Amino acid sequence: MHGFANPKRFLTLASWLTPLLLMAGLVLSAGALWWGLTQVSPDRLMGETVRILFLHVPAAWLGMGGWTAIAISSLVYLVWRHPLAALAARAAAVPGLVFTLICLVTGSIWGRPTWGTWWVWDGRLTSMLVLSFLYAAYIALAQAAAREGVSARIPAIFGLVGAINIPIINRSVVWWNSLHQPPSITMGNSAIDGEYLAPLLVAVVGFSLIFGGIVLARMRALLADIQAEARLRRRASEAV
Amino acid sequence: MSALKPKHQRLILVVLALVALIGAGLLAAYALRNQANYFYLPEQMQADPPAVGQAVRLGGMVEQGSLTTDNDGVTLRFAVTGNDGSRIPVRFSGIAPDLFVEGSGVVAEGRLAPDGTFVADNLLAKHDENYVPKELEGMSQMQAAKMAEETTVGIE
Repeated sequence: MHGFANPKRFLTLASWLTPLLLMAGLVLSAGALWWGLTQVSPDRLMGETVRILFLHVPAAWLGMGGWTAIAISSLVYLVWRHPLAALAARAAAVPGLVFTLICLVTGSIWGRPTWGTWWVWDGRLTSMLVLSFLYAAYIALAQAAAREGVSARIPAIFGLVGAINIPIINRSVVWWNSLHQPPSITMGNSAIDGEYLAPLLVAVVGFSLIFGGIVLARMRALLADIQAEARLRRRASEAV
Repeated sequence: MSALKPKHQRLILVVLALVALIGAGLLAAYALRNQANYFYLPEQMQADPPAVGQAVRLGGMVEQGSLTTDNDGVTLRFAVTGNDGSRIPVRFSGIAPDLFVEGSGVVAEGRLAPDGTFVADNLLAKHDENYVPKELEGMSQMQAAKMAEETTVGIE
């Protein structure tokens, strides 16, 4: 574990892992979407609109998974002070926000024909919207901290505090009456027919690989940024 | 404490802060338990009825065989049932969503009339957690497996 905290070793690992994750993720996601959008039969009640499932559910899970990654990285940064952990948290924020927004938009489009409304303020939808605001705030905070040279501890604390929203999103449909249905997939049980479940799980794996690839690519970019800045500063001081 | 490495001090501090934070979050969620409900269940509405004319939402299942359409063609009358058999009659004038059928979930936005009928301005269909292809409609998984078995008899 400590071995990977070495930036040089991380870069050699990331340089071949990034394209591998991205390619495998793209192939799996494209295959799962083709499978789900063209091959499965319509739902008994919703008909063709059930196909949004294959985009909406992976996006929702990754939106929540992204903040979980931020929280874990923040914890590692606060306790062990690994600089790479702070970078990992920063790198996970933008893809996490994008997946959260995909979840909100596809959910809204799905809600119109099935529920009869674009949006309601029930527990699940509201807590997911709050998650997107938390992402936006985290990104602004982490960027400002990096620009001003302030300690990365401030965004790390925010990342940990914001994690309280994740179990709330997960339990919102159980604790409170909501328009959003209760979870279909619980420990070892699925109310989703196998015909839909198989492409859904492939899509989840595929999108997760893409997510991992984007995080690694962004970490490399952030590292390169820091190195370039350090080099410029060194050159400037030599010139004086 | 002074014998602990700084790393372990930080770990203990962060874990304590997290425990306090999660505790606070759970307490807040517990306090919100009744306020954050999106709708009243029929049994809740019967036990503790909202003021007549107050805008509320009612959610439950559309009772089988209760759905009728008035002669004007746009007024729907049906009953919403809860988990314990309690039922509330509902009147609604307008266009219902596609998923609104007997035996499925519904959330009605409106107000309680003095006679105990719920007058809805808007209907939202509630989808349940089951996703089932059309061909398998109404079949339990065992029936479906049996049918699959029967239809493949003799096929090598």
